[in-house]
Amino acid sequence: MSKVSTLDAALAPADGLGGGQFGGRVVAGRILAQFRGWVVPVVLVAAWEVVVRFGWVSAHLLPPPSELVATLIELAGSGDLFSHVVVSSARVLAGFAIGAMLALLIGAAVGLSRALEAYLDPTFQALRAIPSLAWVPLLLLWLGIDEAPKITLIAIGAFFPVYLNLVAGIKNVDRKLVEVGGIFGLKGWRLIVRIFLPASLPNLLTGLRSGLSLAWMFLVAAELIAATRGLGYLLTDGRETARADLVIVAIVVLALLGKLSDSLLQLAERRLLVWRDVYDSGR
Amino acid sequence: MSQPLLTLHVADKRFQSRRIIDGVSFDIQPGEIISLLGPSGCGKSTLLRVIAGLDTDYRGTVRVKGAAPHLHSPDVGFIFQEPRLLPWLTVADNVGFDAGPGGGRNPRVKELLAEVGLADFADAYPKQLSGGMAQRAAIARGLFAQPSLLLLDEPFSAVDAFTRMRLQDLLLSLAARHGTTLLLVTHDIDEAAYLSDRILVMSANPGRIAGELRVDPQRPRDRADPRLVRVQTQALALLHGERLDYLDLSDELAARPHAAAPVDFASLSFAV
Repeated sequence: MSKVSTLDAALAPADGLGGGQFGGRVVAGRILAQFRGWVVPVVLVAAWEVVVRFGWVSAHLLPPPSELVATLIELAGSGDLFSHVVVSSARVLAGFAIGAMLALLIGAAVGLSRALEAYLDPTFQALRAIPSLAWVPLLLLWLGIDEAPKITLIAIGAFFPVYLNLVAGIKNVDRKLVEVGGIFGLKGWRLIVRIFLPASLPNLLTGLRSGLSLAWMFLVAAELIAATRGLGYLLTDGRETARADLVIVAIVVLALLGKLSDSLLQLAERRLLVWRDVYDSGR
Repeated sequence: MSQPLLTLHVADKRFQSRRIIDGVSFDIQPGEIISLLGPSGCGKSTLLRVIAGLDTDYRGTVRVKGAAPHLHSPDVGFIFQEPRLLPWLTVADNVGFDAGPGGGRNPRVKELLAEVGLADFADAYPKQLSGGMAQRAAIARGLFAQPSLLLLDEPFSAVDAFTRMRLQDLLLSLAARHGTTLLLVTHDIDEAAYLSDRILVMSANPGRIAGELRVDPQRPRDRADPRLVRVQTQALALLHGERLDYLDLSDELAARPHAAAPVDFASLSFAV
């Protein structure tokens, strides 16, 4: 007994010290790892600037980063950028909300009912195979050139990832947990809300994140073709007026918005799924 | 005796064409602790599912407090082999699940968590609990609706031996405090003898009751009590398909309920 406690006492401080050093090294390592990620972009941007400044590449085709920053400031200052961003974001939000909501309803129904699955799933699988741009002429014919065809196209884009992930999630719900719901007398929509939806929430959130990124993709498709405002319009405008700086600024802003909205969903995912017992939850 | 809490007669229960249960009948009086002991495949868990209303495809009559079994009966609680806590709910919300969303705020949840020694884990998620703690939370959930009959399907088979003993004692104290009748399915002979007032030993293919053993009602029990050892020996004999006539000690136990009977090695030898 005493031997054991002596051993413990001897080990404890050494262990603590080792842990502290190790912890410090880990923190330093993380900062370094983040810094490493910046090396390539910074070098590339610097090289880009140099290459254009020395006249090796035409500034007309590839405006230097400094000029892009100036364009960005100018666009932001005039309020144009803000209104493009607002218009595009509103379209994505509306289309994503409609598509995700429909996917939630239809996906839940198809996931829970074998009969509905037999009727509906083959159709949705077939519709899923249609490339996004193929919808555009049809939507323009049917819905004109207003907001309706754009939002519809974005909704189509957002629908399928949400639908597919939700159906898969519901099919994978542990039968044992469903039985717990049964023991407590849960049926119908109560069973859906209290067991099926929370149990398939991880899949649903994965679906929502890929649905949102597809919504941004479909936004560009919609705005490239028929728009007078929005970031897709900015892309078209830049091409038509031969201003590569506008095109690149629009691309960068689209990337930032896509990343930002995904990060918001990722944040929601982390908060909603704290209960999940998975490998990376402890990080 | 008073009106039985449960009367069960399952004449025939089939799974596809295979006959699982063939004529099983028993009653349970309020306050009793009964074990269904048998090899796997004898239909003991199926009987629990029938009583809980999870399985309705059988021939026979089952009455809980005079009513046919149905899901979500306020009279019947169910504890599964695994804790089956809902991982997205906190421990408190799991225990109060029956009270609807946000059921964890129900004042009874706090009391129950204290009784099972999980007062500090009300806001924890199931992933943060050990196996024994999770099963304690599941027992609290089973008791939340204050059922008169608690059904337990091999509730301690997934925890280590030491935890199992502590959970058994916890279960006995909870049953005594809440006046809950227990019907326990187990394949652990020690567990059946230690917990039960009566053991219904079942045989398989098809499931039948091979015999019934009464255990001296005295509690608390000593796990090493020779009388428990004798019950275990008898149970083992029944499980091996031997007749009980010459082994029935119930009269003997009734005659001197509190005397520690010496180990009767003569009656033990056959089982070795």
